Order: sequence, then structure tokens, then C-alpha cells
Amino acid sequence: MITLVVNGKQQRLDVSPDVPLLWVIREDLRLTGTKYSCGMALCGACTVHLDGTPIRSCVTPISAAVGKKVTTIEGLSPQATHPVQRAWQELDVPQCGFCQSGQIMSAAALLTQKASPTDADIDAAMAGNICRCGTYQRIRAAIHRAAALKKGGAR
Amino acid sequence: MKTPMLSRRALLKGSLAVGAGLTIGFQLPVGRGRAPLAQPAPGVFAPNQWLSIDRDGLVTVTNSVPEMGQGSLTTTTIIIADELDADWNKIRVNQAPADPKRYANPITGSQSYGGSRGVRDHMEMWRKSAAAAREMLKQAAANEWGVNVDSVDTEPGVVVHRATGRKLAYGQLVDRAQALPVPQNPTLKTPDKFRYIGKNLHRLDTPDKVTGRGIYGMDVQVPGMLVASIERPPVVSGGKVQSFDATAAKAIPGVKHVVQVTNGIAVVADRFSAAVAGRRALKVTWDLGPMAQVSSAQISAEYVALSKQSGQVARKDGDAEQALGAGGRTLEAAYEVPFLEHACMEPMNATAQVMPDACVVWAPTQNPGGSQATAAKITGLPIDKVTVNTTLLGGGFGRRGEIDFIVDAVETAKAVGVPVKLMWTREDDIQHGFYRPATYNVFRAALDGSGMPTAWSHRIVGPGILAQKGRMPANTTVDPAAVAGARDLPYDIPNLQVEWLNKDFGVPLGFWRSVGSSQNAFITESFIDELAHLAGKDPFEYRRALLGKSPRHTAVLELAAAQANWGSPVPAGRGRGIAVAFSYGSYAAHVIEASVAPDGAVRVHRVVCAIDCGIAVNPDQVKAQMEGGAVYALTAALYGQITVDKGSVQQSNFHNYPMMRINEMPVIETHILDSGAAPGGLGEPGVPPVAPALCNAIFALTGKRIRTLPIRTDELKRA
Repeated sequence: MITLVVNGKQQRLDVSPDVPLLWVIREDLRLTGTKYSCGMALCGACTVHLDGTPIRSCVTPISAAVGKKVTTIEGLSPQATHPVQRAWQELDVPQCGFCQSGQIMSAAALLTQKASPTDADIDAAMAGNICRCGTYQRIRAAIHRAAALKKGGAR
Repeated sequence: MKTPMLSRRALLKGSLAVGAGLTIGFQLPVGRGRAPLAQPAPGVFAPNQWLSIDRDGLVTVTNSVPEMGQGSLTTTTIIIADELDADWNKIRVNQAPADPKRYANPITGSQSYGGSRGVRDHMEMWRKSAAAAREMLKQAAANEWGVNVDSVDTEPGVVVHRATGRKLAYGQLVDRAQALPVPQNPTLKTPDKFRYIGKNLHRLDTPDKVTGRGIYGMDVQVPGMLVASIERPPVVSGGKVQSFDATAAKAIPGVKHVVQVTNGIAVVADRFSAAVAGRRALKVTWDLGPMAQVSSAQISAEYVALSKQSGQVARKDGDAEQALGAGGRTLEAAYEVPFLEHACMEPMNATAQVMPDACVVWAPTQNPGGSQATAAKITGLPIDKVTVNTTLLGGGFGRRGEIDFIVDAVETAKAVGVPVKLMWTREDDIQHGFYRPATYNVFRAALDGSGMPTAWSHRIVGPGILAQKGRMPANTTVDPAAVAGARDLPYDIPNLQVEWLNKDFGVPLGFWRSVGSSQNAFITESFIDELAHLAGKDPFEYRRALLGKSPRHTAVLELAAAQANWGSPVPAGRGRGIAVAFSYGSYAAHVIEASVAPDGAVRVHRVVCAIDCGIAVNPDQVKAQMEGGAVYALTAALYGQITVDKGSVQQSNFHNYPMMRINEMPVIETHILDSGAAPGGLGEPGVPPVAPALCNAIFALTGKRIRTLPIRTDELKRA
């Protein structure tokens, strides 16, 4: 039996320790906002926070998450009011949207590290997240906007 | 300023959809009937299949065009809402089920979507449908008040009597309106009356896409469902199972079934990782077929050899051969482009449930109609017993118009008797795609004394997508997809010949965002640049001088040049290039500034795009499509290459089929040219001019002409 905390909720799961965290999230917990795309930590679509740090859940065995706190896109904010989510909506960042859960989780983690990220900070933090629709220009603008929203006393 | 987003309340109200707010409204399960519009529920005004209004005034739009990122859920709703004069805060949208009789594209007659056809093929029909509804609501109100219909107007969501200011909300009129005849030729608004068209409205699907609530094919959950993955032949096509041993696979915990299907061996398990582990444990002997003899080196060599022969004539103006032999300056050049895979972020997948008397498919498909027909064929069921629910698509780009993943899901579900979610891995996706054709091109041109071209001869060697698929139009043997963007060269050249030699090695071909124009614009817009330089003329002015018969090309070219300050000094270390192309009903021109590092690495700094798509329904999303098209095209120009060795695709995932990333992203500036013409496409037209504009910029900077894609940085390295 494996125990971990996902989006604030304690979970006890009877799964093999080598199953990637991604598939536990998607198939056992039915939280499908976190996506599978490459399975090799090359694209970032599966990004979640593990004790606050962005990780690629497709290559993280569930055993590595035991006793830790996992946050997925569904748990980022209860009402989609996280500054990153608000900025993403203001700028209509998503196109197909498939990569955006991972983009948002990477961006949210960046803003906890750096309140006012530079373009270089954004490049460094976000280069692991591929967007095939090419929304990068809006992602960059939205991260700057989210930083401003966060400083402005956003909830 | 953008309009406010839809209120959550309006979205939530009465939603049958999965999840909350705007999501894809799936058709009710099979067996519950599928004629809600033929006999609308009481209290619903449903004049046609595209919209309905309930007594609370909530408008429900049915969008037939799959949402693959292009914004169809929003654009369709804008068009209908505008002509209906709906209240934007009291609208929701559902995705249409497969039902070509109701929802087919009126131009193509099918419920398959590609070719950037969403707005341009449907806009008039949707406007008429909404205008008919608005006339009926006006008539209903006029009847209620006992006044002439000419004395009433509409404001968002209400009918107003001009003289008295009396108002009736649409919701109050649904029963009266439903009883009226549907006008066949309603009057459309004049563009000056547009309320939503031409404004920057927020996308309706954004809230679900920033919360993880949006349901893509991969996210579908059906009670009792198993998950399957198919072990496919090592060759890209033509491979068959000779024999297989599933003993070890079946011993993997969680593996429930192993069944042979058309495209390989399906391992069906209680979870994806078990299905993949089961695949690895299979022992399969493959009959590789003739594809095992095919390699990219051989394909290239045979293309070159064949290019010495003449091909089928796709266009012939004047006599290019004679003009080429008439003396004067001539230029010859050969261009080559590779096979490319779409690489949708969501790997192919579909979910199917096959029952004795019905079949249900949930799929991220561009081709609901084809999916339905395919499932009917496999199950032997009548077409009206097959329900296809189109989910959100995690990218489309043409790949999801194919039905191979539908075949996989339906065959597997039929074989095991329970619902099956059939998932591809990224490796399956890249190695078993439908590829943009690789071609080899030979150009010859002659210039007159002033440097202007008197002859242009373009010979294309390569396969044709429609030819391979057996979908050639009648009365021609020249594949239109192979020559698009080459045959319709806009330049005024008196002697012009375009030929096509069909050579197909059997690599499966597909429609890749902008199809023939994606490569032919690169080729032709690079070669015209070569001619400009040979003539010692400015590449922008040279094109302009040759575009006398193409005013819309000229207009976007001039706009892009002006916005990019063409002719002004280029920032130090950069080159500037330009290109223009028509595709899918729209005209696009790009100016690109790029630099090349000493190690040959190319950096794209700035992309200036001018687009004439006729009517821009949602300008912000026009820009989004230009941004996306540029990234798609730059990725291909910088990295894109699928190669085949002994019939197997050598690339497998994003490490060896790389995608452009945010740290490589240029600034993209889009300028919309409002020509007032009929609407053109947008998903594709932003792609074709990008690669040539980039390569022309690199030439301007380095003097090195790139004639083969992807760009080879080793050839740009400075010693």
C-alpha cells in the first residue's frame, strides 16, 4: 500500500511501486488534467509539483512520491484564480490546450521561485515544456502578467 | 479591450456536458434516441440543427467543426451569436456528434475537417441559420404586440418595439417562435451591424484549458473500460504479423487480453503501463513486406535520377523550353524537402464500446463522419447505430483526419467485448504516421536584359497524397496536393511550366498543416529570391514588380514590408528575408530577421506577418493562428526530418524529432489586412511563407542559399 497526498487529500493506493506517478494520477485518481505526451521527460505535458518542485510525472515512479505532497493542475487553485491561470485567461494563451496544464504548473513553480522573472528566467524554467501549437509568445507575456497580478495582491 | 468572459452561471446552467462550464457536450448514449431537434422538447426554440433557445433565454450553439486549437468552438459561436443578436453571456456551445446528414460541411458534403475550412465553408450557412431564427423571434414578438414586424428590432437577447420601447426577451418568445415557419431566405446583417464579428472575444474553451477540466480523447472514462496499446510492425507500412507468442505478455499483472488486429497485436490491460509492458513481452514474427527494402538514401537517389525525365504538365504558359534556350542569363537549382510527421501533443487514441446492437466511439478526430463510417463497417452495424463523440483534440494539423486509430479502437473493443481506450505511445505516433511527402525539385529560369524572368521551369519529383490514397479528382492525373503552391505561382512570367513526376515508395502520406503549399512555397519563394539576387534587385521590389496580376499578394507583401521597415538598416548581425504565399483562401506574407552564430546555429529574432483572410471573425485568434503557424513552420525548417531505414522510421520521440521551444522563440508581430473579401482559412495559411522568409534572411546575411530542409547548421558554420 502506497500513501501520498494529492491536492491536499491523503491517498492510499494498491499499485506497483514502479508505476509512474502520471498514471496513478490519471488512471487511479482519475485526475486527467495532467497529460501523457512523450513518456521520456522531453515535453513537460505531465508536469506536477512534488513538495512544491515541478517534476515530470511520466518518469517519476510512484515510489518516489511516497509520503510527499503532489499538486496537479486540478489542485493549483480551487476556483481557477491562481495568478497564472488568470493571466492565461486574460491573454487566451491555450490553443489546443493539451500542453497547458504542464505549462501552467511550470510557470506557477517559477513564480514561487522568482517573483519577477526575466525573459531569461522564463526561458530557463519553461524550455522543458513543448507547445506544438506555438503559444510561446503568449506564455511569456502571461508569465509577466501573472507576476504583476501576484504582486498586486491577487488571491 | 476584450469582452467579459462568459459568466460561470450561464455556462453551468442546464449543461448536459461532461465537467463544468463549457465543455464538449457529448451525445446522449445510444438507445436514447437521437432526434431531439426533429421533435424539440417543449419550451425550446430550435429552428435548425445549429442553435436552440430555451425559456430562460439560454442559447445553445452546436459546433460541427472539431476543436483542435484553432478556436472553432468560439468562432462558430461568434458567427451564430452575431447574426442571432444573442447575448454573449447567455450562450453555450456543444460539439456536434457524427451525423453527416445534419452537420456535413456544405461545400465538401462530408463531416471531415481539414483545409482550414471551418469559417470559410460554413460562415454563410451559419449566418443564414441564425438570421432565420432572429426573423422568427422578431415575428413572434410582433405577433405578441400586434404590430408590424418591420417596426421591431433586436438587441442582444431581446426584441424591441422601436416606437414604444417595449421589449421581449428571446426566452419569452421561444414557444411562439417555434410555431412559426422557418424563413428560407432571411436577410443577413450588413457588416456595419456586426456586434461580435471583428471584435476580440475571449475563447470559450480557455477556462477549461487552464484548469485541466477539458476532456481530450485520452481523458475519456467509460465504466468497465480497459486500456489497450498495439504492438505495431517495425516497418512504417505493409508489415504483417506472421506469428506471435503472447504467453509472457499474458503473465504481466494487469494484462487481460492479447488480440491480433489489422495494425498489429493489441495488448488489453487494466492500465496503460501494463499494456505497454505486455507489448514488450510479446514475441512477434513479422512479415516486413517490400517496405523493408526502402531507405531514405535510396529515395533521394531515385528522385535525382528521375528528375532528368520530364513529368506530367501541371501548368504551361507560353513555351519555357524555347525561352530557356533563347540565350540570356539562366539559373538552375535543385531543392529537396524531407518527410515530416505532425507530432500532435496528444498521441493518437480513441475509445470504443461495441455492443450487439450499437457502437459508441469517443475520439479526438478531425473526421467524425469517416470515423462513424469506419466503425459501422468494422462492426457490421447500420450507420445510425454508431455514435461518434468528438472530444477536444490535442492538436490536429491534418493527422487526425486519418482513421487508423479509430480502426484500432473499434477492432480491439469488438474483439474483447468491453469498452476499450486504445492509446498510442509517442513512439507509435512518430513511427506510424502519415507523412508530409518528401520531394526533389529542379528549377530552371531565364532572365531578360533587365533581370526579369522570361522563363520558369519547375519539375517536382515525389509522391502525391491524393494519388496514394486513391482520392484523385476526376479528369486529372496531376495530384493537386503535390503541386499546390507551385502550379499557382502568382508571378507574371510569360513562359512558365510546372511538371510533376509521381514517384511513390510507399511511405504513408498525409495532409500536414498547409500540405503542398508548405513545401512548394519554400521552394518557389526561395528560387524567386535567387532570381532577384541574380538580377541584382531588391527581393521585395522584384516580387512586387512581378505581382501585377495579383493585387492581394501585393497588398500583404507591401504591408509586411512596411511593418518590418523593409529597406531600413538591418540590426547588426542579422539578415532579413521576405516571402509571400496564397493558400487555403488566404494571403500571407512574412518578413523574418535571423542571425547565425559562428557554430552555425540559427536564431530567429523577429517575424512580421501580414495576413489577408477576408473577414477576420476574431482578430486575436487570427493572430494566434499566425503565431502558431510560424512556430510550426520554423520547427520544420530548423529541425523537421523523418528518415526511413530498411522501412523503419528512424526518429521516435522529441529527442530526435525536436520541436522548437520557448527559449528559441522569436517575437511575432501579426498585421491583419482587412480586405473585406469572403473569409479565407487561417490554420494553414500562416505556415507557407515562413521557411522561405527565414532561408532568404540567412542568404541575405551569409550568402549561403539553403536548398535542402531542414537547415543544416554545419553548412552555416564559419571557420
